[in-house]
Amino acid sequence: MDLSTSYMGMKLKNPIVPSASPLSKDIANIRRMEDAGASAIVMYSLFEEQITHEAMELYYHMTHGTESFSEALSYFVDLQKYNQGPEEYLEHIRKAREAVNIPIIASLNGSSNNGWLQYAKQIQETGVDGIELNMYYVAADVTETSEQLEQRYLETARSIKNLKIPVAVKLSPYFTSLAHMAKRFDKLGVDALVLFNRFYQPDIDLEKLEVVPNVMLSTPQSMRLPLRWVAILHGRIKASLAATGGIHTHEDALKMLMAGAHVTMVCSALLQNGIGRITEILRGMETWMKEHEYVSVEQMLGSMSQKSVADPAAFERANYMKALSTYTLTDDLLYHN
Amino acid sequence: MKRTMVTLDGNEAAAYVAHKLNEVIAIYPITPSSAMGEWSDEWSAHGQKNIWGTVPSVMEMQSEGGAAGAVHGALQTGALTTTFTSSQGLLLMIPNMYKIAGELTSTVFHVAARSVASQALSIFGDHSDVMAVRATGFGQLVSNSVQEVMDFALIAHAATLEARLPLIHFFDGFRTSHEVMKVEQLSEEDLRAMMDEELIRAHRMRALSPDRPFMRGSAQNPDVFFQGRESVNPYYAKCPDIIQKTMDKFAKIVGRQYHLFDYHGAPDAERVIIIMGSGATTAQETVDYMMNKGEKVGVLKVHLYRPFAIDKFIDALPKTVKKISVLDRTKEPGSAGEPLYQDVLTALTESMGEGKLPFAFPRVVGGRYGLSSKEFTSAMVKGIFDELAKPQPKNHFTIGINDDVSHTSLSYDPSLTTEGKDVVRALFYGLGADGTVGANKNSIKIIGEDTDNYAQGYFVYDSKKSGSVTISHLRFGPKQIQSSYLVNSSNFVACHQYTFLEKYDMLKTIVDGGTFLLNSPYGKDEVWNTLPRTVQKQIIDKKLNFYVIDGYTVAKDTGMGGRFNTIMQTCFFAISGILPRDKAIEAIKASIEKTYGKKGEEIVRINFNAVDQTLVHLHQVEVPKSVTSKIELPPVVSSKAPDFVQNVTSKIIAGLGDDLPVSAMPVDGTFPSDTAQWEKRNIALEIPAWDPKVCIQCNKCALVCPHATIRIKVYDEKELSSKPATFKSTPYKGKEYPGMMYSIQVAPEDCTGCGICVDVCPAKNKSETRLKAINMVPQPPLRDNERTNWDFFLNLPEIDRRNVQTGSVKGSQFLQPLFEFSGACSGCGETPYLKLLSQLFGDRTVIANATGCSSIYGGNLPTTPWAKNKEGRGPAWSNSLFEDNAEFGLGMRLTMDKQNEYARELLQKLASQVGDDLAQSILTAKQVDESDIHDQRERVEALKKKLASIKSTEGKTLLTIADILVKKCVWIVGGDGWAYDIGYGGLDHVLASGRNVNILVLDTEVYSNTGGQMSKSTNRAAVAKFAAAGKRVSKKDLGLMAISAGHVYVAQIAMGANDTQTVKAFLESEAYDGPSVIIAYSHCIAHGINMGLGLHQQKAATDSGHWPLYRYNPNLAMEGKNPLVLDSKAPSISFKDYAYNETRYKMLTMSDPEMAKTLAKQAQDDINKRWNFYEQMATLHYGENGKDISDH
Repeated sequence: MDLSTSYMGMKLKNPIVPSASPLSKDIANIRRMEDAGASAIVMYSLFEEQITHEAMELYYHMTHGTESFSEALSYFVDLQKYNQGPEEYLEHIRKAREAVNIPIIASLNGSSNNGWLQYAKQIQETGVDGIELNMYYVAADVTETSEQLEQRYLETARSIKNLKIPVAVKLSPYFTSLAHMAKRFDKLGVDALVLFNRFYQPDIDLEKLEVVPNVMLSTPQSMRLPLRWVAILHGRIKASLAATGGIHTHEDALKMLMAGAHVTMVCSALLQNGIGRITEILRGMETWMKEHEYVSVEQMLGSMSQKSVADPAAFERANYMKALSTYTLTDDLLYHN
Repeated sequence: MKRTMVTLDGNEAAAYVAHKLNEVIAIYPITPSSAMGEWSDEWSAHGQKNIWGTVPSVMEMQSEGGAAGAVHGALQTGALTTTFTSSQGLLLMIPNMYKIAGELTSTVFHVAARSVASQALSIFGDHSDVMAVRATGFGQLVSNSVQEVMDFALIAHAATLEARLPLIHFFDGFRTSHEVMKVEQLSEEDLRAMMDEELIRAHRMRALSPDRPFMRGSAQNPDVFFQGRESVNPYYAKCPDIIQKTMDKFAKIVGRQYHLFDYHGAPDAERVIIIMGSGATTAQETVDYMMNKGEKVGVLKVHLYRPFAIDKFIDALPKTVKKISVLDRTKEPGSAGEPLYQDVLTALTESMGEGKLPFAFPRVVGGRYGLSSKEFTSAMVKGIFDELAKPQPKNHFTIGINDDVSHTSLSYDPSLTTEGKDVVRALFYGLGADGTVGANKNSIKIIGEDTDNYAQGYFVYDSKKSGSVTISHLRFGPKQIQSSYLVNSSNFVACHQYTFLEKYDMLKTIVDGGTFLLNSPYGKDEVWNTLPRTVQKQIIDKKLNFYVIDGYTVAKDTGMGGRFNTIMQTCFFAISGILPRDKAIEAIKASIEKTYGKKGEEIVRINFNAVDQTLVHLHQVEVPKSVTSKIELPPVVSSKAPDFVQNVTSKIIAGLGDDLPVSAMPVDGTFPSDTAQWEKRNIALEIPAWDPKVCIQCNKCALVCPHATIRIKVYDEKELSSKPATFKSTPYKGKEYPGMMYSIQVAPEDCTGCGICVDVCPAKNKSETRLKAINMVPQPPLRDNERTNWDFFLNLPEIDRRNVQTGSVKGSQFLQPLFEFSGACSGCGETPYLKLLSQLFGDRTVIANATGCSSIYGGNLPTTPWAKNKEGRGPAWSNSLFEDNAEFGLGMRLTMDKQNEYARELLQKLASQVGDDLAQSILTAKQVDESDIHDQRERVEALKKKLASIKSTEGKTLLTIADILVKKCVWIVGGDGWAYDIGYGGLDHVLASGRNVNILVLDTEVYSNTGGQMSKSTNRAAVAKFAAAGKRVSKKDLGLMAISAGHVYVAQIAMGANDTQTVKAFLESEAYDGPSVIIAYSHCIAHGINMGLGLHQQKAATDSGHWPLYRYNPNLAMEGKNPLVLDSKAPSISFKDYAYNETRYKMLTMSDPEMAKTLAKQAQDDINKRWNFYEQMATLHYGENGKDISDH
């Protein structure tokens, strides 16, 4: 059984890739993921905003109250060396590369054009195999048009393409014209699109009346969104496609591959069930493929994409109508009506 | 050889040499010498080596006495050893200094000379400390300038080894220790060339060693002690020659020739001033000026004060001298004259007696100048020379003050300036928080190091820790700068804060045609009409070039926040033309990169952007021909203030304290309390505003306010009949005061805007949850109305203390605070505890306050926050020293106990005369709660009335001490530096005494007042000064040590973690009839936290188990109960979750991640073990019903 696939120009032994998560903060976990069968690993993200924030915080506290009062012109010793930038992260991915034989893909979450490139270059110098840009803007600015926002994304991607290593862009689904955006990224020459990142979704604490972070793991239902867009984009762009979000079982992975994903990324499934889940998915895939007489992943890749299915419109609006009409038959909805 | 030119201050210059020439450095922080120790520690922490290739070992001790002991021991075992100190610190070293000198041990103590506390403490410079140790046998070498500090540090270290006399190398505190100057840096080769390896070996061979044992430090009897003392004379006799020889060697190597006495002036001078220290350079500048005018004057600069070399001194004087004025920067009350004056007279008399005087005996007068860094200007020097020219010059004079009491002062023409026209003299008025001083230090570096100009900077700081004003005095010029006094004739003045226009007369000293730069939110076309009348007039009259920059907008747009440093620096360079504009900007950016590069790219980017944006916003203002403004400067204090405040305090507030005559000052250091209320500082940009509809009336905002600017009253509704229109009130919600009204009122002009009250407020607006019951709003639009409201509020009646549930947080906050509006840091973690203390017991408390933050915000002029109530009662406060505070407080208790006993004895004797019933009721009063105290006060008043008519001595005596019959308490207050370190011995003894004193330790876990040095309270894993690599051992458990005594009430509290426990602990502590100690977690600016969220961090400290809360009450043990009650739960968050919110811990994760991990793990272990131990202690079985447990 040939499970191999190619992603970002790399040949991978199978399509199961752990996506960016806290698991990769521990080198032992990285080794375990390789042992479990992962074909590549996306590392946890380096957050430019956090680095900037920490630098500003340090600067503030080291200067606050200084040169004000004659007996205490400062309150801290200047330690001369401050590893607050990406050094720790860079060191970690260096160690990760040494620890395993599978490709390591770094992840970078940036906010300023300048920052992206600067950090991406430093990441590249570690010898990492690829880099995934986690583009993370909540389009909350009421004065910014969608075109302006799209330009910002594209400018960033354009600057990063100067790197020598392959670059993947992890996108959000919230584009008015997602297919067109994907095409524009593709034209810039990005090596892969990762569909999709999930914005942090705040919650409200009713007792404290505070907005609180609430990290929700993905559910199998959430794979429907990437499934559709992978299916639509497959064969329409040159870049590889990675599907992420809601892939918990081998069935989920198979569906994604058939829709056209070159790799299927797993995260919540590992956080919930442990790293061994990778092995279970791979075994499940093999069994299923054997039972259904598939010989390779390549064979099924994109077989259910919009281009390849009998009813391409099923991935578009008509599909929605149908789903709705089917759903109205449930007791649940009838009761409410 | 070409040496590097550097810009640094005197402390760094001394430390630079000392660190390179020693193996052991024992230190203790004291202003203004602390920086020498800090530099040494920092360099050693970074692995910088001495000239022999090894990193000096730096050890912080528990006091200067301890440092001197460690130095003595290190010397006795052969290490090259040094220390740094000042003032009281030097005095604490005296016993060891006698020993070190008596044993002819080579060492150098570098001293930033400072006033010794007398009628008041002063951190500023004069020679009273070094003069106080002149009998110890140490030699004394004096540096007059920053360059000399570096040079003489080397000369001293080299010479002491040959002379075998230990040396004090001193220079003027602040004026030289903190003056930034461009100097030539000595190279390592210079240092090596000066140090004689043979002499170092000899020093080591004299050391104690079991391999060649001997004893040193014997006890001697009348038969030989005297002879032994005289045995050292040859060493003292040779010492001056050795030092001169060393100076000559230095001259050969480095090129600068010094002498024991350096004469500067006319070869045929008839009038000579003799002086040592920084004043000598000013005297030299004045002599040059006068010589140019043809006057025969000169100055003799003393470099070697001890041993005093008479022959060399006589030789150095011009043979034409007829009159001498000897200037001492110290005062010895009751002496025949100050020390240098007496030495000069002795030298002259002896030489004459021996027939060696090469000129007729001159007329010699002595004078005092410059005490506590009092300005000493060229105009004063000229005044002294003028006085000398008189036939009968005044002796024992003073200069620089107006002595209208003893009429010692000389008059002089203050308008005289002797500086060259080629010197740029600039003044910058800024706030501590806006980065003005940092920017100026940076400009000095740029000009000093990138151009051929010489540069000098001196910075005048505030004694307030919040909203503090800084004035930077900068000079640049082609020649070495000799002016060791403030800029008093400026050609550039910059005002970095628009609001200063109404507070300071900044243009008083600016010359005609000078330049005035104003940071203003108003543009070049609008600004003129916003200026006060006097400012407009000065600009027109003096034909000033007037520039404005809207630094506020630039700072906001570029993300600089409240810091204008690079913005205003760019303006200065753009306008002053000291460097071509492009070159200046390039240099500013290079220095930004250098300063901030390692701290983060973003900071560099923001600063670069600020530099670029600045020039666009800088404009010259077209000055109209006439004054149009009607804006007058507001009065400094209200006209309602008492006379002393009007006449004296207000002058000090206005920065005119120098003009106050001697007669204005109290003769014994006694000042009225309750004065901070008159100093309306208006430093808050935002103040809290109360929303009565949302408020749940919990009173927490008032409890936590560090400045007592949020007040709460309940009162009868009828009081509101004349209320101002915007005064807010609402019905009181609680059951205890039915039908009463309730108000929370903010003192708008005293609030510092820290926001800690808003943070603690638990009530949220149901429609808009960002709002609470108090919310920060801009101050200026509210100021006038709220001022009126505040005055109205103050006049509402205070609550009857008998009707207050003082045991609750809420109740305690209805009591009037008698500690208000201190100059502590905005958001201070210490002051809320003091305020609470003042509310609970202030009307019957005497406070002994250790030196430190609390003595500075509590007692640094101009005003004091310790206040009085309407009956005129309030805390009586005093500060003795740093090290003796527990003993000081115990002394107060001893008096009270004795007087109480005596008063009771007298009352018993006089019982029949004053009435048996009254006497008995006084003698048996229980005085437990506010009602009891109130009743006792009334009884004592009745007693005093009766005593007034009793004519016997006993009656009169009882009348003077009768007040003691009302219960009084002593609170001994200080920080952890005092309680854990320097004062621990005394604290331990006072606890052991069993006397009824209350000790409050405001524990910030560092020496806060001197800038964050490690104390024994500093926690493991935290970075502090003297623990730059992170503290490696756990914090001392002071509470547990006190508990071990068994009879001491001990409480560990943190207001932010449990305010109810805090209030309870204070009440129990006071009620306990024996010694009690409260250890109060006080968040601090030196922790590197957001001060508005300090209470959150207190809670985190407790939740993590770092700061468990408990009370240990020995009374419980008497009842057979376990005396230890844990008031906090088992740790619920990790050490890291608490610690890494604070820069002091977090910075180690950046500088040394591996060490940070190790120490964090150990710190977690400390917590686990401690909690485990406490928990077991708190559940131990104690004897039942007071029965002895041994019976079981």
